[in-house]
Parts: sequence; structure tokens; C-alpha cells
Amino acid sequence: MLIINCPHCGPREESEFACGGEAHIARPLAENSISDAEFADYLFLRDNPKGLFLERWRHSAGCRRWFNIARDTVSHEIIEVYPMGALPRKKDALATHAASWRRDTAAEKAAERAAQKAQKPAQKPAQKPARQKAAAKKAPGKRGGK
Amino acid sequence: MGLMKAKPAAQQMRRRSSGGRIDRTKPVTFTFDGRSYQGYEGDTLASALLANNVHLLGRSFKYHRPRGIVGSGSEEPNALIRLGRGAYAEPNLRATQIELYEGLYAESQNRTPSLKFDIGAVNSLLERFFPAGFYYKTFMWPASMWMTYEHVIRRAAGLGRVADDHNDPDRYEKAHVHCDVLVAGGGAAGLMAALHAGRSGARVILADEQNEFGGWLLAENDTRIEGVDANSWIAGMVADLAAMPEVTLLPRTTVFGYMDHNYLTLVERVTDHLAERPAHLPRQRLWKVRAGQTVLAQGAHERPLVFSGNDLPGVMLAGAVRHFINRFGVLPGNRAIVVTNNDDAYRTAISLNEAGANVVVADLRIGASGPLITAAKDAGIAVMAGHAVTLADGNHRVARVEISAVNEGATQITGDTVHMDCDLIAMSGGLSPAVHLHSQARGKLAWDDRTLCFKPSATHEASFNAGACNGSFDLGAALREGARAGVKAATAAGFKAFTSIETPALDTPKQSWRPLAAWKITNGEEPGRGPKAFVDFQNDVTASDVALAAREGFQSVEHLKRYTTMGMATDQGKTSNINALAILADALGSEIPEVGTTTFRMPYTPANIGAIAARDIGHLFDPTRLTRMDEWHRANGATFEHVGQWMRAWYYPQEGETMAEAVNREVLAARTTAGLLDASTLGKIDIRGPDAAEFLNRIYTNSWLRLGIGKCRYGLMLKDDGMIMDDGVTTRLAEDHFHMTTTTGGAAGVLDWMEEWLQTEWPDLKVYLTSVTEEWSVATLSGPNAAKILEAAGIDIDLGASSFPFMSMQEAHLGGLPVRIFRISFTGELSYEINVKARHGLALWTLLMKAGTDFGITPYGTEAMHVLRAEKGFIIVGQETDGSVTPPDLNMNWIVSDVKADFIGKRALARASMSYDDRKQLVGLMTTDSQRVIPEGAHAVIDPDQPMPMEMLGQVTSSYYSPNVGASIAMAMLKGGHSMLGSKVYFPMLDGDVIEAEIVEPMFFDAKGERING
Ligand SMILES: [Zn+2]
Repeated sequence: MLIINCPHCGPREESEFACGGEAHIARPLAENSISDAEFADYLFLRDNPKGLFLERWRHSAGCRRWFNIARDTVSHEIIEVYPMGALPRKKDALATHAASWRRDTAAEKAAERAAQKAQKPAQKPAQKPARQKAAAKKAPGKRGGK
Repeated sequence: MGLMKAKPAAQQMRRRSSGGRIDRTKPVTFTFDGRSYQGYEGDTLASALLANNVHLLGRSFKYHRPRGIVGSGSEEPNALIRLGRGAYAEPNLRATQIELYEGLYAESQNRTPSLKFDIGAVNSLLERFFPAGFYYKTFMWPASMWMTYEHVIRRAAGLGRVADDHNDPDRYEKAHVHCDVLVAGGGAAGLMAALHAGRSGARVILADEQNEFGGWLLAENDTRIEGVDANSWIAGMVADLAAMPEVTLLPRTTVFGYMDHNYLTLVERVTDHLAERPAHLPRQRLWKVRAGQTVLAQGAHERPLVFSGNDLPGVMLAGAVRHFINRFGVLPGNRAIVVTNNDDAYRTAISLNEAGANVVVADLRIGASGPLITAAKDAGIAVMAGHAVTLADGNHRVARVEISAVNEGATQITGDTVHMDCDLIAMSGGLSPAVHLHSQARGKLAWDDRTLCFKPSATHEASFNAGACNGSFDLGAALREGARAGVKAATAAGFKAFTSIETPALDTPKQSWRPLAAWKITNGEEPGRGPKAFVDFQNDVTASDVALAAREGFQSVEHLKRYTTMGMATDQGKTSNINALAILADALGSEIPEVGTTTFRMPYTPANIGAIAARDIGHLFDPTRLTRMDEWHRANGATFEHVGQWMRAWYYPQEGETMAEAVNREVLAARTTAGLLDASTLGKIDIRGPDAAEFLNRIYTNSWLRLGIGKCRYGLMLKDDGMIMDDGVTTRLAEDHFHMTTTTGGAAGVLDWMEEWLQTEWPDLKVYLTSVTEEWSVATLSGPNAAKILEAAGIDIDLGASSFPFMSMQEAHLGGLPVRIFRISFTGELSYEINVKARHGLALWTLLMKAGTDFGITPYGTEAMHVLRAEKGFIIVGQETDGSVTPPDLNMNWIVSDVKADFIGKRALARASMSYDDRKQLVGLMTTDSQRVIPEGAHAVIDPDQPMPMEMLGQVTSSYYSPNVGASIAMAMLKGGHSMLGSKVYFPMLDGDVIEAEIVEPMFFDAKGERING
């Protein structure tokens, strides 16, 4: 049984939490021209890797807040707890995110376009491009955003 | 001792006159298989039986072979006992772990009718027909017969028997604790670890499965530590530990599970060892421990040698024999053969000799030498080097052995064979570290070629291994390792531990810990021939079974395990796994590390389900929720049904009424006069914030942006796959404030669902949600007289249809109570859902009942509510729907917005599969025999005369007798149902009867909706 470090309540027993499965799955909006097959990927397909996994958890018997964690499914080590809508900071976790097949899905690309559209008016010239990019990705996307 | 007037057999003829940790001044009388025996306080059942020269304790699993005591602790594979009587009886307890108490009542298992004469032993004669994988080969086909086979097999082969038709009468408890260092095992290494960790001030728990600490040291009379004998040293250590306020000593406590992040489960046997069990104490206590660090010091298990006849009673592990002699003062046999591949068994030979037994040692090694061997020879013990026991023979007890000169590896007889009479064989095949907990925590194992065992290597957990369970069998090494592990664990837990480790001065025999690799001793015949040589005693797996499985292609150790059931008995192969792996490796021409090992699973030893459940049983298993009107319902004879955790009034039978009569009366009243329903359990969620309307617009399928303040609207919620999840009426209380109702069972799920979307997908929406289910008591008043009753109760608003129209809400005072009244209807009648602050619930209910007396007010329960809504064709989510039903399936396209850009489930509804013709669709049913009610769940067919298996159309979801219609009515989900209006369908019943019904619109009463305004 895991100990999970709730960002709001601190370390608590796993029994206080509910697992929400794979994180960073972009939800295609209804008007997106996305095929049934692509939509089925969003709806039904979930990863089950051996190793580092980015997943959503909810402190269901505590503060009821959602957050993401990066957990090794073999050792159960939790290397990072990070907010919904953000990307992990740890190198391994970020690499896991970048390597996911979901980065190439139609749903994700559509969500990215929508997010950029929403961000554009306010966006200023980038001083720290990497940071800015991460910020842009904070735009809403199902299961904790991109 | 009950009615059995057995003559006490008090001889204890195998008890030594002195020595051991038993109290000879405290005799204890006990019963085994109906016979009375005597032992002493401090005995285990095993030691007391051995003291009385009883070796035959049970019959084996598959062949019903006679079996006796093999080990002396939790590794015991054979001596499984049924302990206690009646409701207290518990099967499969190891005799070696049962502490003796006055009046103990034990029975052997797996024998019919008696231990000495057992019918099942015929299996033994048919052994050629019970090879590895026997069950798979014999009982596999036809698959339809498996249930029958399984029943027979389980009865024939089952280990033990639980108490019949009794609830466990004992009380159990659970404790949840945190500690800095948990030490599992209180032998030499564990004591040192606990002491060194404890000195740092860390919170230490030391748990050991035995009744006293010390482990193997308790039996070593040849060892002195710090100038005192081992038992005195142990006593000193325990006293030191007991004096430390932060150290918790848990004897009789097995650490049986090691889960993620250092979460461990322990079971403490609190009163099992007592003849008189104090009422204030639980029988057992389950400890759930979150440990900062763990020290695993559970020691090692000795391995049997695999030779023909090695399962006879009287064939024991050498260490166990020593244990019985030195710790319990019992000499298990007078004529002993010690057969070994290592030095350690010589200590047993010396103990046997000192205790007066006649001893011969057969040492598989040809040129072994060392101080222990010299000491044995000096004591006059005959040592036959390069010899092995090639056959043990006897009837219910070993009586003769064949000892032969063998080659290195014992695969061939190389010289003479001698025969000897004996009554005891002490065998030793080397030691296997008890890596179970380490392995449960998914720690890795590494094979050690020198000591021939798997040792713990890498672990994911904050854990240290020490002593014999780390492969350090030498006492000095174990003490040092234990101390070091204690220091490391305390330091890692954040405490300042003394780094200078004192290793106690030691006087113990020097020995080599390098056994000879001899995994299967030949019996002089071709492999697989001759008397059986057992590997796994508890599951009756022989060396030839393992070899056969390998030949048949079960070459992975995981396959071997499942095919032969090797290591799958209650002992998880503590004594057998390594021997089996070695024999498998040999059969495959491979090496042990290449073959690998299976993963150990919890529990280390079987744990009582009672302890795991503890207090969470009966009415404490799950909370019960009651409404504020509950008191009235009970006082007025309501029957109740569970709806989730809620207890809801089901119907209110009057004197002499059947359920059908009561429900019919309630249903009629709600449409002729007035009915009153306790609807307090409906889920209620308060939704606030500037984006509340937009949020509802995305959550529900219909439009919410322009709902007027004070207006109510029905909404349907889908999952993102387009399937119906919940429904309910939501009311706008203010521009930014809504009151949502959900189904009773769905309330918590809906709140979680909406929170998830708000937090993960739409964090930009300014909305917050609060569960207010228990803030409000709700009474639903329904029927033509509803308005009159409100007037009679004293209402301060105009109830006219124009000032208070359908689907709106008004705040008012009713008989002085501040109320919110929702003019919505789940019956189709004029109806008011009256919400009042929860604490006024009972006042509201009694007010309405009183005011309604002259208007025929009738309380109705959930059953009548179901009938009333079914008469109107209203669905219930979870009854008509099952997670695979869309709004179009229910003909509810009217509630799905075409114009909204998005809502949850919108994209999914456009999937091609959503418009297939053969989707199950909601229809109504009228039976041809109008009085016949179709059972809910009945399956529909077009042609009841078609051959089996029939083509199923779908199932009845709701079915009642409707007194208002005067006929049976039903709703069903049928394939393509919407296009079948007017067709006949049939419902074949189990008894061969067939019910005929016509498909109709699901609307049975007041189709035009004229009654809604009273
Ligand atoms: Zn929290």
C-alpha cells in the first residue's frame, strides 16, 4: 500500500486516495473532425507500462483534489507529485511524457491547436522559450492537461 | 475432556529427565484423536506428542500416506491439525506451533475413518495413476463436468475441514501503527538489531512468531555467549529490550505480509495459548504497521534430503530433532540415523548421543572433516562417510533403513548397502534463508554457489536483511549483521545510533556452512522407479513428478509449480522449493540460478480471516444511513429496503395486509387522494459560481444557460462514452446558484464526476460544488388532494397553477416551517417536493400527515414509488439502464441538444455503432394475461418453440402489477424494440411455462399528462 504525498494534505495512506488512471490524455472537443477510431483511442485505450507511469490521483477521502504523480510501476516509487494541468519537472518523468504515443494523436494535436489559439492574444515574445512552451501546455486538456 | 472417558496415558516415555524450557512441575492434559495425553507447560502440541512417542499425526493430501512431524516451527509441512471443537474448530494448524494448554483438543486430518486405517490410502496403491498434472489430465474434459469433478476432488483432497455452519464466535481486533524500525524475527540477529536500533531512541517493534524470543538459539546447548549459556544471554537481551520505553515486544506474532512502501501486516495470537481466555482480550490482533525501516531477520529453514521413503513418520529435519531434544527435553527416537550433506547435522548427532540415543551418521560427503566431525567421532558416534540413506521403510513409522555407499552427488550406489533398524531419521540438506518477506516486497534473490541457497539481493524497500535469512548462518556473523542492521535502520530512520558495535564474545562449535550438492538420492533403481521420494510433502509432489513435468515440457519454474502444484500448499514450499528447483534444473541440464525461483506471496503462514476482518463484520461492515423521518416509519410499521447505505421505507403494511395489498393501496391513494413519500435520500448538490450555468451546460445533454431563476429542469448526464450515467432535476436558485438532485445511489459518484471535470478538464470554470444531501429532509406530496393538504397545513404562498407552475420552485412557510417547495413530479400527479432543513424533517412529516388526515393522505414507500413512475414510463437509472444505454435507446432524443458545441458524451453519440439497428431499446409490455406479472430480468424471445440455445432479444427491466391500470405492466430493453410496437414477444420461464406479452409504448397511464395540475 502506497504512501502518497498529497500536495495539499501531506503524506497519507493509499486507502485515502482513488487512482484516476493515465494522465495527460487530451480530450477531443466534439466539433473536432476526429475519426471514430481516433476517438476510440481517447475513450478506451490506456497505457499499462512496466516502469515509469504518469497517472492521475484524487485524494478522495481527504481534500478531494486531483493531482498527477509519476510512479514506477515496478518499484512503486513515486518520483514526483505535480499539479493538474502541469508537466512533471523530473527529467525521467518529462521524458516519459514526451515519449508517449499520445503526443502524435489527432486528439492531442487538436487540443494543442485550441490551446494555442486561446493563449495567443496574451502571449508576449518569449524570453525563456522552454518555460513558455510548458506554460502554453497548461491549457486545459483531459486528465490533467498536456 | 468432554464425554470421552479415556485413560490418561501419562507416561511421556520419550521425555528426558531434565533439560529444556518446559516446566515439569506443571503437567498439562490434552486430547489427540480422542485419546488423553499429558505434556508440560512450555510444550508445543508436537513436542508433547513426541514425548508420548506419537509420530503419526495425519494423512497426506493426494496419496493419504501416513505422515508425522518433520520440522519444529512454521516450516512444518506435514503435521497439520484440526484444533478445538464445534464453532471454535480450526483446521490446518501446524502442531509445531500450537502451544499446549490444559484441555487442548486436537484431531488429525484427512483420514477416513481413522488415522491408522484410511480408505483414501488406496490412492497410494494407484500411485501410477496420480502423476504430475493428474487433475489437469483427468478432469479437464468435458469442461461442463468440471463443477462436478471439482466437488469430488475438493472433498477427496481437501486439507482439513472448517467448522460447519457456525459463525466464528471469537473476537478479533486490528491495530494501525507507525514505527521507525520493524524487526521481523527475534532470533540472534533480530535481538541484536532491535537492541541497537532501540538504543538510538527509535520506535522499534520486534515481532517473533514463537512464544519466546531467541529463535534457534533456544535449542543450542553447545553455545555460550558473553560467558553465559545461550538461554541466559537471550533472557538478558529481552530484559534490556523490555526496559526501553520505545521498544514494543511482540511474541506470538507473525509478520506475514510485506507490501509497498514498508507496509507490513502482523498477526498476534493473543489468547490462543491460554486454557482460560479472558473476555476482555481478543483472540488475535492484526497489526498493520507502516515502518520507516525494516530489519528482516526471520532465519532459515532446513531442507529435507530427497530419498525414497523420506516422508515416513519418524523422518525429521535434523535441526528440528535437536530442537525437540534441547528445547523441549524430548528424545524423538532411541535408534537414530543422521543423514546429512553438511556439518550442522553433527550437532544433532551429538545432542542425540548425549540424550542417550544410539546414533549412526551417514554423511554424503566422502572426505568431510572438521571439529564437529571429530567431536562426534570422539563421542563414539559411528560416522559413515560417502554414504546415504537410499531407502527408508516402515509401517506408520520408520523402522528400517538402507544405507549405501554413494558417489559424490548421490546419483549412484557405488559400494555395499547395509540395512539397519531405526526409529528416527534426522536428515539435513542444508539451509534455505527465509527470504519470504524480502521476496513479497519484490526484492531480488541471488544464488550462492558456496552455501547452495538463494540470498536476498536488491530491494525497492527501506529494508535490511540480517542473519540466517541473509545467508549468514554462522552465529558470530549473524550477531554482527543484526547489530549493524539495527544501527543502519535507526540511522536511516533519522536517529543517532551508536556506530561502535559490540559483538558478544562467542563460544560455539566451528563448522563449515558449505553443503554438498546432492539433490536427489538414488534408490539404486532407474530414475522414476522404486519407492517414492518426496519433494513437497504437503502437496505430495515427488522427485519423479518434477522430472516428469520437465519431460512433458513444463520447463519454466512457474509452469512447473502450477502443473505439479509444487510449493502451492499452505506452507508455500518452505522446505521443498529449492530441492524442486535443483531437480528441475538437473532434468533440464540447466543450473539453479538459470531456472530461477517463483515469487513468494503473502501470507507467510496462513492468517485467520477473522483477524483480517476484525470488527468490520455484521452491522459494522458498512455504515447505515437513516433519514430524519425514520423514527415515524418504524413506529408506523414500515418495512425497509437497502438503497446503497440508506435504509428506505419500502411499504407500510396495515394489519393483515400482504405486500401486494399494501403496495396496491399506496399506489391507488397517490392517484385518488394523496400519497406522501420520504424522498430525503435523493442526492443533492449545491452548485455555485459565475460559470455554474455553463458548467451544467457541459455536464448535462440539454441546455441550461437560459433557465430562469426559480425554474426547474430535468437533466440527463452521460459518460464520455455516451452512456447514461445519472439523471435528476436541477433548479436555478439564483443567477450563479443551482440546486441539483441526483439518484439516491448515484449522489457520491455524481459529485466526484463533476469535481473531476472541474479540476482536470475545465479548471478555468469558476464553480464550486457542495454535497447537501444531508442538509435537507424531503417529503414528496403527490395526488389530487396535494394542494388542499398544503393549505390545511398552513402555507403562505399562492398554489395556483399560474402563480406556482409545474417545474418551478418557491420558498415558503409551511405550518411555520421555512421550506423550499419544488413543483416537480415523479408520479405524473400534482406533486410537491417539500424540502426543509434536515432537523425539521420529522416535524414536516408529522405536520403533513396530520393536515392530510381528512384528505386521505397515505404514506407510500419505495415500492409504490416504483410502480407509480413505471405507470408513467419514467426510467430509473440503474434499473432501465446498465451503463450501455444511450438517450436514443430510451427514445429520449428530445433531451439531447443539437445546438450545443459540446457536452460530455456528444462526440460518442455520433459514433457509427450508436445507430445500429440491433441496439437494445426501451419498450413497454402488456401481458396477454393481464394479471400475470413477468419476473424482472426475464429474457424475451420471438419464438418460444425454437431450439436451445434460444436467440435472446433482451430483458425485462421493470415489472409490476398496476392497480391504476388494472393490469400487469412492464418495461424492457429489447433489440430493435422501437420498431417492434404491436409485436408479440415471449418469456420462457424456468418451469417450462411461457408468458406472452405485446410490445407497447412505455406509457401506461394518463398518456396526455392531464393530471399534472391536479
Ligand atoms: Zn489532500
